Amino acid sequence: MLLIRCPYCEEERPELEFRNAGEAHIARSANMAGESDDDFEKFFFIRSNPKGIIYERWRHMHGCARFFNAVRDTVTDKFIMTYRAGEPKPSKLPIISNEVVAK
Amino acid sequence: MAKAAAKKTTSVASPSVERRPALAGRSTAATGAKVEVLPPAERISLRAPEASTAALSKALGVTLPKKSKTSATKAGRTALWLGPDEWLVIDEAGNDPLADCAAVSALHSAVGISHRNIAIGVTGAGAAAAINSGCPQDLSLDAFPVGAASRTILGKAEIVLLRTAADGFRVECWRSFSDYVFTFLSEGSRDAAV
Repeated sequence: MLLIRCPYCEEERPELEFRNAGEAHIARSANMAGESDDDFEKFFFIRSNPKGIIYERWRHMHGCARFFNAVRDTVTDKFIMTYRAGEPKPSKLPIISNEVVAK
Repeated sequence: MAKAAAKKTTSVASPSVERRPALAGRSTAATGAKVEVLPPAERISLRAPEASTAALSKALGVTLPKKSKTSATKAGRTALWLGPDEWLVIDEAGNDPLADCAAVSALHSAVGISHRNIAIGVTGAGAAAAINSGCPQDLSLDAFPVGAASRTILGKAEIVLLRTAADGFRVECWRSFSDYVFTFLSEGSRDAAV
């Protein structure tokens, strides 16, 4: 079982308490009604789906119930770091197990 | 005659206010752990921003904990930290915490959930093992000391766990989940005894 660090509980907790909530840092337009169909499609449906580092929203559903952001490697399934909702994308990622993951 | 009959009916408690706790009185005792349904209590779900916690703590008579996985108890009233702005307040002394919060003018939301939850006590040397049969959290005394509290999961049901003693836990679950949770813990306590 994965242990995921919740930035609000400040502790590693078992993955069963968490739920994925899609890709992070997708800004909603302030003028949604004025969006063109193409722009709306990009905002609503198109996700990056990379092989490697992905920024995701997660929710500590059966814990503090807070949403937060996580950086995960889709190849190894390892969580690289987590940070609170609303915080910007980390400019530098920590190095995990002698393997530089930041690119 | 009619008057006498009317008098008779008023003396009987109206069915609408009769309280029928789920699973009342049920208990199982295995070698290592005893699982029993605890008596009804008053409970509120409290949401409040940081600025309101001092006023609410004063009104409730118990200091709302600010650290994750902690609780505070005073005079039969326990406040459990559930989230950065969320607490579960349980009153076992028969006083109504909802009425205490109503006097506070600071911004907050207090909802009475006394009847929504059922409390199950798990006690004995195998108590932690019984809960760990369906709860993935580390329940060793280092990671989950006496007084620690957390919302977590047991099998498929959400529970709120409070450690009341080194070998005693209070498990709070939703009323509709209570049958599942009680049976799960009973099975777990039998396994813990092996």
